[in-house]
Amino acid sequence: MQRIGVFVCWCGSNIAATVDVQAVSDALGKEPGVVFSTNYQYMCSQAGQDIIKEAVKEHNLTGIVVCSCSPRMHEATFRKTAASAGINPYMVEIANIREQCSWVHKDKATGTEKAIILGKAAIAKVQLNAPLTPGESPVTKRALVIGGGIAGIQTALDIADAGFEVDIVEKKPTIGGKMAQIDKTFPTLDCAACILTPKMVDVAQNDKIRIFSYSEVEAVSGFVGSFEAKIRRKARYVKEDICTGCGACTEKCPMKKVPNEFNLGMDNRTAIYIPFAQAVPKVATIDPNYCLMLKNGKCGLCSRVCTAGAIDYKQQDEIIEEKYGAIVAATGYNPISLDKFDEFAYNQSPDVITSLEFERLTNAAGPTAGIMLRPSDHEHPHTIVFVQCVGSRCDKCAEKGKEYCSKICCMYTAKHAMLTRDKYPDTEVYVFYIDVRTPGKSFDEFYRRAVEEYGVHYIKGMVGKIVPEGKKLKVQASDLFANKQLHIDADLVVLAAAIEPDKSARSIATMLTASMDTNDFFTEAHPKLRPVESPTAGVFLSGCCQGPKDIPETVAQASAAASKVIGLLSKDKLTGNPCVAHSDEMMCNGCSSCANVCAYGAITYVDKEFRMPDRTTAVRRVAQVNEAVCQGCGACTVACPSGAMDLKGFANKQIMAEVDAICR
Amino acid sequence: MQTITRDMLCDKAKSLLADGSVSRVLGWKRGEFSYDVTPAVFYSAEEIDKDFVYDAFCGANFSKYLVKETKKGDGKILVFMKPCDTYSFNQLLTEHRFDREKVYVIGISCDGMSDIRIIKDIAGDGVTGAERDGDNLIVHTLYDGDKIVPYADTLPERCVNCKSKKCAAFDEFIGEECEVTSSKRFEEVEKIEAMSEDERFAFWRGELSRCIRCNACRNVCPACTCEKCVFDNPASGVQNKAISDSFEEKMFHIIRAFHVAGRCTDCGECSRVCPERIPLHLLNRKFIYDIDRFYGDYAAGAEEGSRAPLVDYTQGDIEPSQAVEGGTFNA
Repeated sequence: MQRIGVFVCWCGSNIAATVDVQAVSDALGKEPGVVFSTNYQYMCSQAGQDIIKEAVKEHNLTGIVVCSCSPRMHEATFRKTAASAGINPYMVEIANIREQCSWVHKDKATGTEKAIILGKAAIAKVQLNAPLTPGESPVTKRALVIGGGIAGIQTALDIADAGFEVDIVEKKPTIGGKMAQIDKTFPTLDCAACILTPKMVDVAQNDKIRIFSYSEVEAVSGFVGSFEAKIRRKARYVKEDICTGCGACTEKCPMKKVPNEFNLGMDNRTAIYIPFAQAVPKVATIDPNYCLMLKNGKCGLCSRVCTAGAIDYKQQDEIIEEKYGAIVAATGYNPISLDKFDEFAYNQSPDVITSLEFERLTNAAGPTAGIMLRPSDHEHPHTIVFVQCVGSRCDKCAEKGKEYCSKICCMYTAKHAMLTRDKYPDTEVYVFYIDVRTPGKSFDEFYRRAVEEYGVHYIKGMVGKIVPEGKKLKVQASDLFANKQLHIDADLVVLAAAIEPDKSARSIATMLTASMDTNDFFTEAHPKLRPVESPTAGVFLSGCCQGPKDIPETVAQASAAASKVIGLLSKDKLTGNPCVAHSDEMMCNGCSSCANVCAYGAITYVDKEFRMPDRTTAVRRVAQVNEAVCQGCGACTVACPSGAMDLKGFANKQIMAEVDAICR
Repeated sequence: MQTITRDMLCDKAKSLLADGSVSRVLGWKRGEFSYDVTPAVFYSAEEIDKDFVYDAFCGANFSKYLVKETKKGDGKILVFMKPCDTYSFNQLLTEHRFDREKVYVIGISCDGMSDIRIIKDIAGDGVTGAERDGDNLIVHTLYDGDKIVPYADTLPERCVNCKSKKCAAFDEFIGEECEVTSSKRFEEVEKIEAMSEDERFAFWRGELSRCIRCNACRNVCPACTCEKCVFDNPASGVQNKAISDSFEEKMFHIIRAFHVAGRCTDCGECSRVCPERIPLHLLNRKFIYDIDRFYGDYAAGAEEGSRAPLVDYTQGDIEPSQAVEGGTFNA
């Protein structure tokens, strides 16, 4: 029989205002097995924890029930208290009488009644608790970063700086990501390349970091501390270690009409190409869709001009298998497709462009060498209309666009408008917006400068329609403050397209068994308290794959993710969660139902010899749980027909006892 | 349809025994009465000649027997399977319950197996036996002599609404191969779904209150092959649940229906063996119908190794909020 102590917390007035805490501790004190029951204003405080420790000593408690807030909040706190009082931390049960009781009830009588019932359930459960000891598993001291944008770069640099090996897997031929395409950065207006490319060089030169560019993660198995990843290094038909990046091949390549994805198709590149001058690794890649040699075996010019002899038309994809202790998802974002936004004429006129295309148009390394010329006739535009929230903050029911705010558009549009007015004061600049959102250090000042110092016309209202007419774009819009329709003849329209997670993120999340929200952003383990960790142990989140972010935020999160990885890799052994599934081999049928539902691949089968009641032996197939992989979700315990699979700390019997206590 | 005869099966069994392909044969023998046909294992041609039975009462699904029988002795066991039995066979293979290599399956075509209780309903209690005669059944009775009854009238619901005449697994086939039938079996479920909540409760209460907890349904069920059944396991806590309620049978059958959900092949053995003639298979068939409607048509055991929708996640899976909206079931 357990000797149980019940500790009812007031949580200041959070609980005490709608629950009669004295009545709760009195009622629960009469429950079977309870030898001590009290209440206190802040049980999680030092004084509150001391009450628990004292009671353990004085009443020889074997089990503890704390009626307080959600276990997600303070279960760990009270487990530590129990451990320091000398009893197993898993002999603590939390009855959540705050989120699930006092906060949802207005009437004190019903709140009190429910708190007592929740307390009884926790007491019934702790009666059946058993001391648990977490297992240990080793840690491979190497991290994998998926994605080589600024998020991946920063994470990798920080991890390497702490002395651990890092591999970056980037699917494009170069690292750098979106930031490499951007011209200037808000709110300081320093040049993106000037602050990014030194970091890219740092990555290349860091002997702790390996870059697998033009590569993709194909499969991930294992668990925190010992993941195994298969990485496909796609054939680039150029030997990476030999190519000097001289660029002679790209000059001679006869296939010169390949849309240049780095400039978003606004100019052309050759079939063998280096994405941009500062690419890392600076090696050429042959695009097999356009290379004449690869397509029909007739050309071979690049091979002839390459003095290093780096061209290898017969190169094959290579699979690398490597072990990692931690994995960081830094898969980034893309602007959404504007195919569904016919009203903005994006597909009808080359002079309707996205903001990212605008970045390339104003970038000194872009298709126009930084001189702002409109794509259709290369003339200087005199009236530019910026449209914000294209596909962001859409109606829930709308078939196009996203419900969320893409967060970065207000600021980069202010930047674009300001830079345009600065460089070309003869240009009229209009910005149509729903709201201007500028929370961030020096952000609002930046936006106000655009309006007040640079004379950008900010108009609250949305653009309804854009019609190309001759050389002009007829913009119909509403001005909500003036309450009138506006007609503007624009030369160039820039759409602030919403951003969405990269399409590859979903399959990577599946491989990592990391969860995603309905928008395919990775979900964090806790939105406030664990923002850079995924709910899957050992998987961390960096940058826009977790939600829309600007560069400062991305870098901050990248470093935060790195610090979490460093914290993990600096351990020699990992302490597991003891609340994991285990199978009763005597009852297991070997039917595989549990393995089928296990989202973590934690269950395997072995053929085992059993002594039968009639003294014969029989070989049976039985399930075994890898405790280091198991996340304790309990899906297997539900799927198991015979009840052989059970969860430590949340045993079927314990759940049943809780239900019984509630129904009693 | 070619009618399968005892001689055809005996000849096949004896020749396979003789050439050593199999070491034993799972077949039927006479029970207390001629219509109490019982599964039995035969080891020799002599035993087969003496005791092997094949008639209108050989309805037992043999697949469950293989879990134990394949573990006994060396060599293969020969088993005869009706089309509906092969679904259970595949399902058990999917669940790794026996070794396929140890079984030699002969699929036999089937046009339904009589239910002695229906015959007694028609011919009265003094039935001593019955013989198939083409489309009729000649029923021998103690008091009224022989009666001729149309064979189709003696079939149980599971055969009237036969789910499939296609053998889903076999090494060899005797008879005429047919296809999956478009049966009206789900209409039985719809009838119950159409009831009001109170009517439905009254219906099941009426049916289940006759339960004597003999466990025959569980013992015969090919989905109930657990090493240790939760109802026999005091540690499971489930046992107590099934007896603590004054309406105990309700819990027992509902727990059982949940345990076999997604794995039940609708073979109908539970209802065949129920001494109280409770239509237990309708509980399971409701699950099958729901699975079909929520996840697309799925027949447990149609192929070996298929992943049942209930233990398989796909992105397109229905959300619980869609399945039950505001307390209303959206099947």
